[in-house]
Amino acid sequence: MSTKLFVKGNEAVAMAAIEAGCRYYFGYPITPQSDIPEYLSRELPPLGGEFIQAESEVAAINMLLGASATGVRCMTSSSGPGISLKQEGISFMAGSELPGVIVDIMRQGPGLGGIDASQADYWQATRGGGHGGYRIIVLAPSSVQEMYDLTMQAFDLSDIYRIPVMVLADSVIGQMKESIVANPRPVTELPAKDWAVRGRREGQSQNVVKSLKLGDGEMEAFHWKMHARYQELADKECRWEELQTDDATLVVTAFGSAARIARTAVAMAREEGLKVGLLRPITLFPFPQKAYTQLTRHCKRLLDIELNTGQMIDDVRLSVAKDAEVEFYGRPPGAGSLPTPEELLEQIKKHYS
Amino acid sequence: MKQVFQKPESLKDVQTHFCPGCSHGSVHRLAAEAMDEFGIRAETIGVASVGCSVFLYSYFDVDVIEAPHGRAPAVATGAKRARPDRIVFTYQGDGDLAAIGTAEIIHAANRGEDITVIFVNNTTYGMTGGQMAPTTMVGQKTSTSPYGRDQNKDGYPIRMAELLAQLEGVGFSARVAVNSPKNVMQAKKLMKTAFQYQVEKKGFSFIEVLAVCPTNWGMSPLAANEHLGNEMIPYFPLGVYRNTSNL
Amino acid sequence: MSHIVIDETRCKGCGLCTIACPRKLVAMSDTPNSMGYTVAVFCDAEKCTGCALCAEMCPDVAIAVFKDK
Repeated sequence: MSTKLFVKGNEAVAMAAIEAGCRYYFGYPITPQSDIPEYLSRELPPLGGEFIQAESEVAAINMLLGASATGVRCMTSSSGPGISLKQEGISFMAGSELPGVIVDIMRQGPGLGGIDASQADYWQATRGGGHGGYRIIVLAPSSVQEMYDLTMQAFDLSDIYRIPVMVLADSVIGQMKESIVANPRPVTELPAKDWAVRGRREGQSQNVVKSLKLGDGEMEAFHWKMHARYQELADKECRWEELQTDDATLVVTAFGSAARIARTAVAMAREEGLKVGLLRPITLFPFPQKAYTQLTRHCKRLLDIELNTGQMIDDVRLSVAKDAEVEFYGRPPGAGSLPTPEELLEQIKKHYS
Repeated sequence: MKQVFQKPESLKDVQTHFCPGCSHGSVHRLAAEAMDEFGIRAETIGVASVGCSVFLYSYFDVDVIEAPHGRAPAVATGAKRARPDRIVFTYQGDGDLAAIGTAEIIHAANRGEDITVIFVNNTTYGMTGGQMAPTTMVGQKTSTSPYGRDQNKDGYPIRMAELLAQLEGVGFSARVAVNSPKNVMQAKKLMKTAFQYQVEKKGFSFIEVLAVCPTNWGMSPLAANEHLGNEMIPYFPLGVYRNTSNL
Repeated sequence: MSHIVIDETRCKGCGLCTIACPRKLVAMSDTPNSMGYTVAVFCDAEKCTGCALCAEMCPDVAIAVFKDK
């Protein structure tokens, strides 16, 4: 049965993880995501789960690796500097084809930066982040409801494709309270984890979870296999939201918290009679290229809005190719940098023709 | 006629990649014998580290997870918490455990994780070509300490068995050597104790094994074993440093 | 009669068994195995007690030991 709740985005993440069957969490305190470990430290033990406050984010991601290798659902969360530390383990998990959910409540950077809302880590998240050339699935919620729903889906996607999944949000989404419907876990057919390390019982062959690939041609074959898997993701799992794009001559594109503000600005523009729409990618990897391709058949101008100096715009430009103009309005992270809907409306009018 | 010594079942019947005289083969065998002794092969999960011991899965007939450099205790923590009914051990070298993985080993030990850690101390980074390790002896020449380890600049070799024995979370901490028949017999006994701790759920167990690396030391296997006895043991004394359950 | 059997395919010729034997019954040969290592050989079955110290010292688990009752 679905329950209606009024909760913070970070709490919604933790609730969804539990509903998805995750019983193992490993993390380290860092603002603005600490509500997640706090919630799970309280709720997991009574469920027979394990919560560990690790000695570092490096240790936490490697605990995730170890737990995931045994076939259980598990999660970690962090922000900025902590996500940087986790890159070693994420690379090893990608190389070992291990599922696992990593929540990144972005903060500002580089360095210690600050804790206000930011989209500074789009590149880090969508380009793999660590060494070796790999991708992970990146989901970008734009509301507390989506924090819940996408965290739930993250576990399924991760298990189905054997790829780590990142839920990428910021303090706007993580810290705000909204009412949500806490839907129960959907029934999904998942592949058996016959690769998992569980101690080999008699008659079963040895299972090894590893990323070292020294055999002749082994590494190259792995990369082509993953390349094909990324293509499969692009074909099957792209998600996005379109709002009033059918007749739009200018489409605003933004993700996460920036898309929330853009949505209000688009509504204001419509009230003034401007044919403006919104295209919001929900999966940042795989990037919903096909949505842009379809859009450019009738719309020749986009306005990309981000809380940085332009990162997603790389993917937007690759997606529209030469079929549309892409304008940009960015607000690099920092206290007082969050744009108002009025400011975005001004940008919409500037580029509307 | 009775066969009194044979390859333990927990070891695969393959030749290792280790150099002639390398102690890793002996330590592998002692660990495998302990697994045979307790009949835990089918429920054991090994955690391999980075270094010469990375091919754990090629030699042990058990399931294996490969950990990033130094992170084996964290990986083992995750595995053991998820599967508390399994036997989980890590096998780490000195660079892995006592340099890059210092935080992970200390905190896994301090939490009293119910795992067994086998620490092979041969005072050098074997696989990368004999560089200075955290346990390299003062004055020892390596490929990155060509003038010998200088304690004023490089610090002193770390005594991990004693260091971990200070932590309340640790059940068992001991140091053994495999350079002589007598020491091997003692190592065999304490290796079993280390696994017994986990089998009986008595807490974190740690066994440091003084080992030789003839190739990177530039010595014959025989000379290397003598060197271990003459130079290493006086600085790294053998013994049991913590044994809370008196096993 | 107690004796040992050295698996020549596993022996890497390190020689640790030669000094482990209290009766000096193991020696190095000049014969290389398929890996090019000159392997250890068992010399005198008459004197072997089956103590297995040679096998305990062998890092390559190349020695099997058989003991008379």
